[in-house]
Amino acid sequence: MSKLKNFKELSALREKICNKRARQKKTIVRVCSGTGCRASGSQKVVEAFKKEAAKQGVDFEIRPTGCQGLCEKGPIVIVEPLDVFYQKVDPFDAAKIIDLTINRGKVIDRLQVVDPITGDLAVKEEEISFYGKQHRIVLRNCGQIDPTNIEDYIAVGGYEALAKVLSDMTPEEVIDEVKKSNLRGRGGAGFPVGRKWEGGRRTKGNIKYIVCNGDEGDPGAFMDRSVLEGDPHSVIEGMAIGAYALGNCEKGFIYVRQEYPLAVENLTIAINQARELGLLGNNILGSCFNFDLEIKRGAGAFICGESTALMFSIEGKRGMPRTTPPRSVEKGLWGKPTVLNNVETLANIAPIIIKGADWYTSIGTKGSPGTKIFALTGKVKNTGLIEVPMGVTIREIVYDIGGGILGDKEFKAVQTGGPSGGCIPKEYLDLPVDFDSLDEVGAMMGSGGLVVMDESNCMVEIARYFLSFTQVESCGKCPPCRIGTYEMFNILTRIVEGKGEEGDIERLEIIGKHIQETALCGLGKSAPNPVLSTIKYFRDEYEAHIRNRYCPAGACTALGRYRIHEEECLLCGLCKEVCVYDAIVEERDRFYIDQSYCEKCGACIGVCPTGCVVREFEEKTVSSGKQAVPAGRVCRQTGRQEVVK
Amino acid sequence: MSNCVCGTKKEEKKIQIDVDDVHKLLKKYEGKTGVLVHALQDVQEEFGFLPEESLEVIADEFDLSLAHVYGVASFYAHFYFTPRGKNIIKVCTGTACYVRGSKLILEGLEEELGIKAGETTDDLEFTLETVSCVGCCALAPVVVVNENVSKERNPKKIISALKNKGEENDE
Repeated sequence: MSKLKNFKELSALREKICNKRARQKKTIVRVCSGTGCRASGSQKVVEAFKKEAAKQGVDFEIRPTGCQGLCEKGPIVIVEPLDVFYQKVDPFDAAKIIDLTINRGKVIDRLQVVDPITGDLAVKEEEISFYGKQHRIVLRNCGQIDPTNIEDYIAVGGYEALAKVLSDMTPEEVIDEVKKSNLRGRGGAGFPVGRKWEGGRRTKGNIKYIVCNGDEGDPGAFMDRSVLEGDPHSVIEGMAIGAYALGNCEKGFIYVRQEYPLAVENLTIAINQARELGLLGNNILGSCFNFDLEIKRGAGAFICGESTALMFSIEGKRGMPRTTPPRSVEKGLWGKPTVLNNVETLANIAPIIIKGADWYTSIGTKGSPGTKIFALTGKVKNTGLIEVPMGVTIREIVYDIGGGILGDKEFKAVQTGGPSGGCIPKEYLDLPVDFDSLDEVGAMMGSGGLVVMDESNCMVEIARYFLSFTQVESCGKCPPCRIGTYEMFNILTRIVEGKGEEGDIERLEIIGKHIQETALCGLGKSAPNPVLSTIKYFRDEYEAHIRNRYCPAGACTALGRYRIHEEECLLCGLCKEVCVYDAIVEERDRFYIDQSYCEKCGACIGVCPTGCVVREFEEKTVSSGKQAVPAGRVCRQTGRQEVVK
Repeated sequence: MSNCVCGTKKEEKKIQIDVDDVHKLLKKYEGKTGVLVHALQDVQEEFGFLPEESLEVIADEFDLSLAHVYGVASFYAHFYFTPRGKNIIKVCTGTACYVRGSKLILEGLEEELGIKAGETTDDLEFTLETVSCVGCCALAPVVVVNENVSKERNPKKIISALKNKGEENDE
């Protein structure tokens, strides 16, 4: 491919690609090749299709695409032009799909998705309730195009926004448009992008940088990964537009997490292709605007998602935050003005430029226009990536899109915003989700992880889990975060182990508030959120752990006292076999647990075939057996997951 | 395990590396700034970990103190200073995997291999680690075996599959 010299050549190329495709009228088989579907074996499916196509002599295009969203049902295959949606496709199914669907236009029932709400078989994507309420702006191309082929992106209108900006708009007009759209940063805090860019433009400097934050460290969130993998050009285009708006910005960096090798691979290909076509580099489309990109790979530090820490990491230093001001817009990378935007934010830019700010503000709520991608995970039937307009309620997300709770259990809470966010209880199921409403209830938008929890999840244990994460990932620069989270973690561990004391809850609240007020960076300040929000909404659970040594969810195995009901015991001896602490004593006609050896690991409960091992609490006795086993527990004997009654 | 090893000091295996290899790797960074992390990544990719000598070479090459290089390397979780196993098993302990029971898989693997998370078996066959989210939350709980995300959840099967593979290669 030769370099495009001006805007006309870009539209000519687009026309040429579209005409060629329209003439060929090829059947297209889209095979999802995101990380999720790859784990389910989608690469083998692609190979099988290629082999079968050659064998049967059928001519069609096999297009490996980015994430389709419904990762749990992967590998996903969509056959155009009928748009038949197939789930869990095996390499052996390739021959049948070619024979029946491609050649004869028939649908294979076995591979269709059964909608968890209606129970009907769905043929097309739109018929699945998971996709029904979604509105795809950022994910517009994910799952549609081949991310490693720039022609695909250009065919769907790619780089049109960049051409429009370079040919018809001044940098001020670009900033005005973005400001008017009220696009807020999707990284978590929700700072208006237009204002950030304006600040960057106003700051004087001969060299400026734009950086894309792809260090998606929040456990339970993977939207940035999907966008980078499935539609890397949209991020590149967004960055180029941003660089033009800033002025004097000829270099950009994309900081990608070390755990995302496929994203780095696809981005590298995309950047090289854009360079080849002259969409990156010097004198882009003959407009005298120069811009180039470099990928920086992270090295496994959660804190590098924080803006100042990320910049230090790019400079090759330890990724530790510094005090602000000066903000990075004034003094960022190598002391130069730097604008940092999130992946999802940048992918929003091109549609805003093409369709206008008015269109964008018509979606979502007044304070938070547009859409937001959520990674819907945890105990719901449909897990995966969803993009919904701001302002939908949690109920719609969990029940209409997610299909309800796994095993039709009781909904307990939803955790948003990862380790910086909080838990939202059942009372707020009808809360419209946007930046401000989540802040009000003590949670946070964060990067958009939504982890659904049911009655078998212990909220104290969840809070402890998040703190163990922030505590390990704390960079250690400021004492409130370094020591505070450590102390909070210790208190929570004590509570979970049944050694909690009166006053522990208040202690947690005091330390938490101090950390919020005094920590150096945003991550430190938000670290106590999971604890404080669970105390706010589930104080009774904390109290039960401390006062009654009782875990209402039955998840904390260290609470209570284990005992064998001798009347029901079959004397099979499985519990003795499985006990690694040798706490179970065998006598002629009975087994009993020696409390001085028992470590309360719960293994004996898991193996007992009659459920006669019970956990007793001081006030309340929870009948044990299979019921007290935490959900998803793997049996040590059989390696199978326990069925929870 | 027939020989008793009580009282005998475990001999530390020192892995010799060729310093010239490190120099070669660093050539492309000549005259560039902000590439220390990249250089460390490259060296680790080559040797599987960061040998002491390589850090000295890097410090020398970039005109930094060894303390600075070590400071950066030890800050990031991705850098290792001891040799790692042939097979690297990472158990995801991200939120979604955690609420779906990844802790039990980790415990099972620890039991099966006789090591704790973050350690390597003595024969340098297996390294067990935890990772906080690999972005496959929809498939939770997941285990990453040698950079491939696996849906297999049975610790015994994971290990035996790897062992079988190793034997096949040996033959």
